[in-house]
Amino acid sequence: MKFAVINFPGSNCDMDLYYAVRDGIEQQVELVDYRAQSLEGFDGVLIPGGFSYGDYLRSGAIAVHAPIVKEIIRFANEGKIVLGICNGFQILTELGLLPGALIQNGQSRFICETVALRVVNNETAFTNGYSKNEIINIPIAHGEGRYYCDDKTLSELEANNQIVFKYLENVNGSVEHIAGVTNKQKNVLGMMPHPERAIEKILGSDDGLKLFQSIINYQVKVNN
Amino acid sequence: MTEPTAKQIKDEKLYQQWGLTDSEYELISTKILKRLPNYTETGLYSVMWSEHCSYKNSKKVLRKMPNKSERVIAGPGEDAGILDIGDNQAVVFKAESHNHPSAVEPYQGAATGVGGIIRDIFSMGAQPIALLNSLKFGPLKDGQTKHLVNEVVAGIGGYGNCIGLPTVGGEIAFEDCYEHNPLVNAMCVGLLNNTDFKHGTASGDKNLIVYVGAKTGRDGIHGATFASDEFTDKKNKQRSAVQVGNPFIEKLLMDACVEIIEKHPEWILGIQDMGAAGLVSSTAEMASKAGSGLILNLDKVPQRETEMNAYEMMLSESQERMVLCVKPEFVDNVLEFFKHFELDAVVIGQVTTDKQYKIYHQYQLVTDIPVDSLTEDVPEYDREEIQPQRMIEDKDYQFVPDIDSLEETWNEMLQRPNIASKKHFYQTYDSQVKANTLVRPGSDSGVVRIRGTKKAIAMTNDSNSKYVYLNPFVGGQIAVMEAARNIVASGGEPIGVTDCLNYGNPENPEAFWELDKSVEGIASACEKINTPVISGNVSLYNEYNDVAIYPSPMVGMVGLISDIDNVTTNDFKESEDLIYLVGQTQDDFNGSELQMAQFGKLKGNLRNLDLDQEKLHQDLIRQAISQKLIKSCHDLSEGGLAVALSESTFENELGFEIKTGLSSAQMFSETQSRFLVTIAPENKSAFEKLMTTDIEYLGKVIATPEFKVTTANESVEMSGSVAAKNWKEAITCLMK
Repeated sequence: MKFAVINFPGSNCDMDLYYAVRDGIEQQVELVDYRAQSLEGFDGVLIPGGFSYGDYLRSGAIAVHAPIVKEIIRFANEGKIVLGICNGFQILTELGLLPGALIQNGQSRFICETVALRVVNNETAFTNGYSKNEIINIPIAHGEGRYYCDDKTLSELEANNQIVFKYLENVNGSVEHIAGVTNKQKNVLGMMPHPERAIEKILGSDDGLKLFQSIINYQVKVNN
Repeated sequence: MTEPTAKQIKDEKLYQQWGLTDSEYELISTKILKRLPNYTETGLYSVMWSEHCSYKNSKKVLRKMPNKSERVIAGPGEDAGILDIGDNQAVVFKAESHNHPSAVEPYQGAATGVGGIIRDIFSMGAQPIALLNSLKFGPLKDGQTKHLVNEVVAGIGGYGNCIGLPTVGGEIAFEDCYEHNPLVNAMCVGLLNNTDFKHGTASGDKNLIVYVGAKTGRDGIHGATFASDEFTDKKNKQRSAVQVGNPFIEKLLMDACVEIIEKHPEWILGIQDMGAAGLVSSTAEMASKAGSGLILNLDKVPQRETEMNAYEMMLSESQERMVLCVKPEFVDNVLEFFKHFELDAVVIGQVTTDKQYKIYHQYQLVTDIPVDSLTEDVPEYDREEIQPQRMIEDKDYQFVPDIDSLEETWNEMLQRPNIASKKHFYQTYDSQVKANTLVRPGSDSGVVRIRGTKKAIAMTNDSNSKYVYLNPFVGGQIAVMEAARNIVASGGEPIGVTDCLNYGNPENPEAFWELDKSVEGIASACEKINTPVISGNVSLYNEYNDVAIYPSPMVGMVGLISDIDNVTTNDFKESEDLIYLVGQTQDDFNGSELQMAQFGKLKGNLRNLDLDQEKLHQDLIRQAISQKLIKSCHDLSEGGLAVALSESTFENELGFEIKTGLSSAQMFSETQSRFLVTIAPENKSAFEKLMTTDIEYLGKVIATPEFKVTTANESVEMSGSVAAKNWKEAITCLMK
C-alpha cells in the first residue's frame, strides 16, 4: 500500500506517522504538502497530530481551508482509507467527515499520558487485527480532546457501531468515554490517542502496530 | 514622541535609566566615539553593555570553567555548544534563564524562554530533539504563587507542545527566597548530523544580511537591561519589556532553518538567532566575530507596528526572528526558500570592511559607531567579594534530627513539595512527540534515542540551591555530581554541561563571593569527570527589596548512552531482586529536606565532597550497567535513602523488606556519592566482586506494596500504598 501523510503548517507528528508506516508496517509512504492538488496514486491518507496553523482560532478550523482538503474529501467519499490522529481527528470533525466535535479537556489542561483503551468495534478496516474488547495501551497528548456530540448523534453512532475506541478511565471527560469514531461507511477513522507512538516496545508500548496492520489486512481483502 | 538630543541625554543623565553608569557613558563619549552618542546609539550601548549581553561582572569568574575535551567542537561564544558523539554526529545544547520576564508575565515569560533556547539550537543547524526545564518558586501557599506556577507551567507546555518537541525532564523546587523572584531556566538539546556547523558570523565584503521570521514590534524593548536589574515593591511592573511568543511561527522557522542548512549549506555563511537585545545584538556579534563592519537599512525590516523609530526597532526583542549572512549570488534562492515556508525574508543590509556599525532609517544615518565597541570594549568589572557572615557564624553548627516515629516522618517527607511527585505539572508537557523518548519525566534523567542508531542521549537539569547557600564551593560541586549521578544511573556517560547561573546583585560583595566560589566548585567537579561547560548563561540581580535568592546555579548535563540496551530506570522491576546501597552514609543533615521539615530553616556547613570517591562510584555503576548486572538504579538526593526506596516502588506497585545498620534518622541523611540499585539474585557474587567500595546489602524487593524496614533503632512495617498516595497527591492537593 502507498500512504500519504498530509503535512499542514504546524503539523508535528507527521514524521512519527511516516516512520510508523515505513518501519512499523514496511509500506510505502510520502509526505504530501498542504498545497498539493492531488492524492492520485495513494491508497490511504493519514492526517497527523500537531497544531495546524497554530490552532489559535479553534483546533483544525483553519486547516480545512487548505488546498489539499478537497482531495481528502474526495478520497473519503470514494470509500478509501482516511485516518486522522489527534489534530487530524479535529480536522476531520471540522470538515464534517466525522460526527461530533473535540472540545477542551474536562480538567482544562493539556494531558500527556499513556492510557488504556478498549477496542469496542474490531470489525473495521482499522481494528480487524484486535480482538473485541481488547485493552490496549496508547499515549495521548492533547488539550482539546474531549469528544462531544448530542444525544441523537450518539444513538446513531451506537446503532451503526461507529464507536471504535473508548477510554477505560475517562481521562478528558469525553461523551461515553469515546476516544475514536468512524464515519457511517467506516472508511474514515478519527482518534485522539496516538497509535504511531506505540509501535515499538522500547517506547513503552507496541499496541498501536496492529492498527496499521489492520489497514493492510483490510486492503488485501478488498483487493481480492 | 520626540527623541531626546545627545546633549539632553548627557545633561539629564538619561542614560542612567537605561542602565549605563556615569563612568561607562564617559568612556563611550570621550574615549570611544570622542563625541556624544545620540539617542539610538546610547540605546545600543546600554543593552549591549548590560550584564545580560556582556557578562561584564561575571566574565572573570566564568573563565574558571573548563571548556575543552576531546569531544568539544564548539564551546562558549556560539549560540550553543557542540560535542562530538561519534559517527559524524554531534549533540548541541544550551540552557537559558528567563527569570525576570516570567516574574511579571509568567505565561509569555516562560513560553518565550523556551522559544529562545530552541532558536539557539537550530541556529547551529541542529535539529532540536528535546527540552528540559528547571523551575523555582515560593512555597505553594498563596493564590499568587499558585497562579505564577500554573502560568509558567502552561507557558512552557504551550510553546513546547505546539512546536512539537518532547519535554523529557526537569525539576521544580519551592523555597521562600523565590517568592517574588521565581527562576525559570529552559534547556534544549539538538542533534547535528554533520560535525561541520554554521558559525554565527557575518563575513566577506558586500555579502548580504537577511532578516527571516516574524515581524518586529515594540515588545521586549530593553528586555536585556530589565534582566540586569532587580525587583522592588516600587518597580514591579515592567510588562512592556516582556516578549510575546508564537510557537507556530517558530515551528516554520525551525523547519526552514534546519532544512536550508542541511540541503544548501553553500547558501548560508552565518546564521544567528535574534535573542536578547534583538537586532543589535545578533548583527553586531556576527560582524564583530568576523572582523567586519555592517550597514543596516531599517526601512526594510518587516514591522508589525507603525512609526517605530530606530531605537525601538534595534532594541525590540520580538520573538521568532533570525539573521543570516548570505552570498549575493544565492540571495534569490534563500528568499524563495523561506517564502515557500510562508515566512518573511528580506535583505536588510550588507557586510563592509571598515568595522563600523552603520544604521540608516528613513534615509538618515542614525548610528555610526565601531562595531567592536558594542561587543569588545565593555568594561570588565572586578567585584569585591566577602564571605557571607552566616558561613562564619554557623560553620560548626550541626543539625541533629529527632525522629519520634519513623513511619510518620517517612510519610511527611514524601509529601514535602520538593520531594513529592511533580507529575501534576509535567503531565501537561508532551514528552513523547517525535516517538523517540525512551525514558519520560519521573526517572533520574530523560532519555531520547537517536533514530537509526543504537545510541541515545540522557539529559538532566539539577540544582539544589540549599547546599549552595550553606557552602557555595561544595554546593557547586554537588550540583554537578548530582547531575552526573542522574546520567550514570540512566546508563549514560556524562559528556558535557550547560549552566544557568542565577544569583543576586553582583555589586553586593557577599552575592559575588557566592558566585565566584560556586563556579569554582562547579569547575572542579566538571574537571574531575571530564564534562566541559560548553554553553550557558548568567542571570544576576535576582533580588526583591534587596534580599537575594539563594545562589542557584542550574547544571544541565548531557550523557551519551552508546547502546540503548543499557538504558536503566529507577523503578524496581521484580520481586526477589536484591537491593543494595552503594556508598557510605553519614550524618549529613545540614541543608537537607529533613532540616527544613524539622527546623524550618537552613543552617550549618557542608562536609567536603570527596571527588575521588564520587568518581569511583560513578565509574563502578557504569561498569555494572554495561555488564548488565543492574536492573534498577536511583541516585540518592533529597530525603535520602527513605525517599529513594519509596520512589523505586511506585511505578510497578512493589514493596521491599530491608535491614540496615543505619539509624532511623540516617534513612533521611543526604550524604552524596550514593546510589540505590537492584540486581537479579543470580548476579549477587558478580556484583559484589565488581563493587570495590562500601556497599550495603539491604534486602529484597517484595511483590506487595509494603515497606518492611529494620533500622539500627527499630522495626517498622508501613503501607506502600499509603506512601504512594501521599507522594502522588501532595502537589495536586496543594494546587487546589
